[in-house]
Order: sequence, then structure tokens, then C-alpha cells
Amino acid sequence: MTVTVERGGRVTGKQDHPGRPRRRPRDSYALFLLPGVLAFLAVIVVPFLMNTGVSFTDWQGVGTPDWTGLANYRELMDDSEFWESFRHSLFMVVAMAALPTVIGLVLAAALFDYVGKHVGARWAAVLRACFYLPQVLPIAVAGIVWSWILAPDNGTLNELLKSVGLSSWQQDWLGDPDLALYSVMGVMVWVQLGFPLVVFMAGLQRVDPQLYEAAELDGAGWWRRFWHITLPQIRPEIYVVLTWCSIAALKVFGAVYVLTKGGPGGATNVPSYFSFTTFFEKTQVGYGAAISTVLTVIILALSLVGLKFQTRAEDAEEGIRA
Amino acid sequence: MTTALRRYPVLVALCIAALFMVVPFAIVVVNAFKSPAEYAQNGPLSLPEGLYLDGVKDFWQRVDFGQKLVNSVLISGAVAVLAVVLSVLNAYAIGVGRVKGRTWVLAFFVLANMLPQEALVYPIYYLSKEAGLYDTRLSVIIVFTVIQAAFGTYLLSSVLGQFPREIIEAARIDGANKWQVLWRIVVPVSRPTLGVLLVFFFIWTWNEFLLPLVMLISNDNQTVSVALGVLQGQRLMDATMTNAAALLGVLPALVFFLLFQRTLTRGIAVGAVK
Repeated sequence: MTVTVERGGRVTGKQDHPGRPRRRPRDSYALFLLPGVLAFLAVIVVPFLMNTGVSFTDWQGVGTPDWTGLANYRELMDDSEFWESFRHSLFMVVAMAALPTVIGLVLAAALFDYVGKHVGARWAAVLRACFYLPQVLPIAVAGIVWSWILAPDNGTLNELLKSVGLSSWQQDWLGDPDLALYSVMGVMVWVQLGFPLVVFMAGLQRVDPQLYEAAELDGAGWWRRFWHITLPQIRPEIYVVLTWCSIAALKVFGAVYVLTKGGPGGATNVPSYFSFTTFFEKTQVGYGAAISTVLTVIILALSLVGLKFQTRAEDAEEGIRA
Repeated sequence: MTTALRRYPVLVALCIAALFMVVPFAIVVVNAFKSPAEYAQNGPLSLPEGLYLDGVKDFWQRVDFGQKLVNSVLISGAVAVLAVVLSVLNAYAIGVGRVKGRTWVLAFFVLANMLPQEALVYPIYYLSKEAGLYDTRLSVIIVFTVIQAAFGTYLLSSVLGQFPREIIEAARIDGANKWQVLWRIVVPVSRPTLGVLLVFFFIWTWNEFLLPLVMLISNDNQTVSVALGVLQGQRLMDATMTNAAALLGVLPALVFFLLFQRTLTRGIAVGAVK
């Protein structure tokens, strides 16, 4: 929004004093940027450029890297493990962005427009807190909790199924190659859900309550209010959440490391885990760098697309309000 | 509307869904206090017969959990404070100072925030070895200060961009220089936002996994997340140990949650609605 506001400020002349003469050179503030910019160069820009550079080489982490041009990238294109890992990323986007957004929208609308208004704000706050709780848990700890719940022998889920007479439904949830990915997805929905919910509920706070009241007076039911008021009103938040969560899904690492280590047989391998093992276990640093560079390009492209949708939604909304 | 009839099913459904979110925590707490024999006999679903604390105690000593807590607090605390300071400096120049090319500078920080750590991890590992900082808590503090400040700059720049200019102008006319305006006016007025950032940076850093996993290999330097994640990854834990590990991992998160619940659930709104 910063970008929008500032750009908007210049374009539409929303400045406080458009004709105010500039008395002092503004750039003396640049000194305040110095520590930040230097730190960023050292910790982010230089390592990133190094990583990109190394991706064009063959390097084991010691000695001098051999320049091989695009060889790593060509190899990637033929590497089925690479394609598999990105296919699993799509599953993660479903589990960490699509599903939490949809469920979060319904829950937020129900909590805000229903529980909050007809049952009590306290109820809404307590329920929201319950849904948000997994978000504060370190992902490594969430992994421990769930790998133990999903354990084949004596795991809580299997015991629970047995106790209600559904022994035949018992599974090796994380150890069965056909199931493991879905189990990880389930855990990620649980982990992620609180984020969209809280963002959407906050977004709903700024919606004019008269809109809901008018719709209710006109006899619009919950579902119609959801579709015609809630959704359009918090569209900017939806884009933000979808973008952020998709990026988080592409970066998912800790959960896979702790739950399945990418297994069984690569069934839950994801790009970040794939690059991690290539860097530190196979020590094919050049190849690992190529994987992470591809991941970076995808994430940056996604960020730009998300940002574009978001600014467009915000501009549209400001247009309505003005 | 047939209120009573229609209201309750929804509320009940929501409560069941909320319960599902919380149940794993309850299972962890219940099972951490069972003895191995009891666990083997009754499984994970029964209530504990007594309060068996040896499992947690053994685990605590075996992994030197106190040290892990100290490391996590030290790293997360230092990162939170330093990253807020760095964010304030950047955002002051961008939001209040409106330096030339600020859109580009801001875009640079936003992109830095989006970069996957996978694309930085090997060079950071390599460079920190060259610099003699590998396997030190300082290296992790430096790296995360910068990574968190990327987000902080992005957020604070828009907050400070809307800072009332009149206040700043008035202070300038009274002879305050830019440093004084920053520390005596901008920072105190923005304290609520800075508090939110502080809490977020602390918890985010506490929860970080990939970089600390790579950077902190010796037992004395590991954070709670890394220590527990590595143990789980090695598949060396029996059920009782896993329970103890899970409980000790969950507890700090619960404490943060109870302490900062309001900040977290509201603050995220500040973050998302920019």
C-alpha cells in the first residue's frame, strides 16, 4: 500500500501543501538508510548474487567452482526429482493458500457477521484465538506433535479410529507413499488456517456496518451477504493472503524435514528440501544453487502478480469510497 | 430469521472446528505426564493415572533444554530489538524523509523480504565460515536482524508515511535536528506499532528453522526449534520422549500466545493491511 499511497500522492496531488516550496534538500535523510542498506548488501544481496553465480558452475563447496554455463539448468529440465518436487509444491499451495483462504473466509464471515453480532464478541474472540493458536507454534514442534499423532503404531489417530470401531481405516499416514503427501497437506492446513482468518476478520472491521444492516433489512440471508458484501469488501485482503500463503507454500521446509524428510521415496519432496539435501548432503552446491534460483524466480514472479492484483483491488476500492 | 434455531448449529459447528484445532495441544499435555508403561498399556487416548514427571525431566537433562531456551531467548530477543531499530532508521528515511528514489529502495526491501532463504543459505554458510562466525549465535542474530528488518521497513514506511507532518515541522522550527525528531517524537508516537513488530520479530525468529539448522550445529548453540527438529528428524525418540519433547516445545509457544494474544491477532492486521 505504501507504494500505492506514495505513487497516488504524486499522481493525484493529495499532498498537504502542493505549492509548498522545498526549503531543505531532502536527501540528508539518506544517512539514516546507510546502516540498513549496508547490512542488506552484506546479508542478502551479496549471498544472493553468489548463489546465482554458483548456479552456473560445478562446485562441491571446496576449491574453485568450474564454470559450466547453463549445464545445471539443462540437467534440471531432465531431472524427474526436480519436476516431482515442484508438482508437490502445487499441492502445498492448495494446502497452505487455497484451502486456508476458502475456509478462513467462511469462518471469518461466520465469526464476524454471526457469532460476533448475535452471540457475543467474546465468543468470537475466543474462537478466533483457538484457530490462531497453531500459528504461534514453531513448525518443528508442530511436526513433532503431528508425526506422533499420525504414527502407525500407537498413534493417536489410529487409536482413535480403533476405539470407534474403524480399525480398517487405520493407515501408516506418513509412511505410505500414496498417503504421505495428503497427510502433510492436512497438517499444513491446520498450521496455516489462523493466518487468513485473523487477517480477514481484521479486514471486516473496516467494512461499514451499515452495509450489513441495510442488506439484512432487505432480507438478504447470510450466504448472500457473504457473497455480495463480505467478499467484495475484503478483496484486497484476499489477494494479500493468497500471495503470502502461496509464497510460504513454495518455501515450505521445516514441516517436510520434521514430518517425512521428503519421503517415503521422495513422495513428499519439495523444492526447498530438495535444494537443502543437494547443498548439504550431496554437496552438489552448483546444482542446489540452480534449484534455489528457479524457486526464487517463481516466487518473485508470484509476488509481482500478487502485488499487481492487490494494488488494483485497492485502487478500485478507493474509487468506490471517494 | 428463526434466530435460535439457526444460530446454534453454526455456533456448535464452529466450536467443534475450534476444538479440532486445539485438541492436538491437549493430547500433548495429557500424554507428557504418562509413564512409558502406562503409555504402552493404555495408549494415547486415556487420561493419565498420575502425574509422571520423570519423562519430561529426563528429556530436559538429556538435551540440556535450559541451554536451548537461553539460546532461543537470546537470539530472538536480540533480533527483535536490533531489527526494530534497523526498521525504524530505514522507515524514517523512506516514510518521513521521503528520500529520492524511495519507491525503488522500498521495492528493494520488499524483494529482499520475498527471497527464499534457500537462495541465501549456502553463501551465508560459506561466508560465515570464512569470517569465523559459523556455528555462533551472533551469525544467526545478524542474518535474522536483516531479514526481519526487511519486513519491518516495508510495514513501518507506510505507517510513518502517514505521520502528521505538522508535528515534525513544528519540532524542526523549534530547532530539533533529525535525530531528535526521530527519537523524541517519531519513535514515542509510533510505540504501539513498534511493540507489535517487536513481538512478531521475536516469535518469528523463535520459530525459524532452516537457517538456524544449517548455522548452529553444536549442541551449546542450538535453539529450541532446531534441537527438537533434529531429534525428531533422527527418529531416535520413543513415544515418551516424543511426548516430553512436544510438551517442552509447545509450552513456550503457549506462553507467548497468552502473553501476546491481543498483539498477535490484532497486529497481524496491521501487517496485512499494511
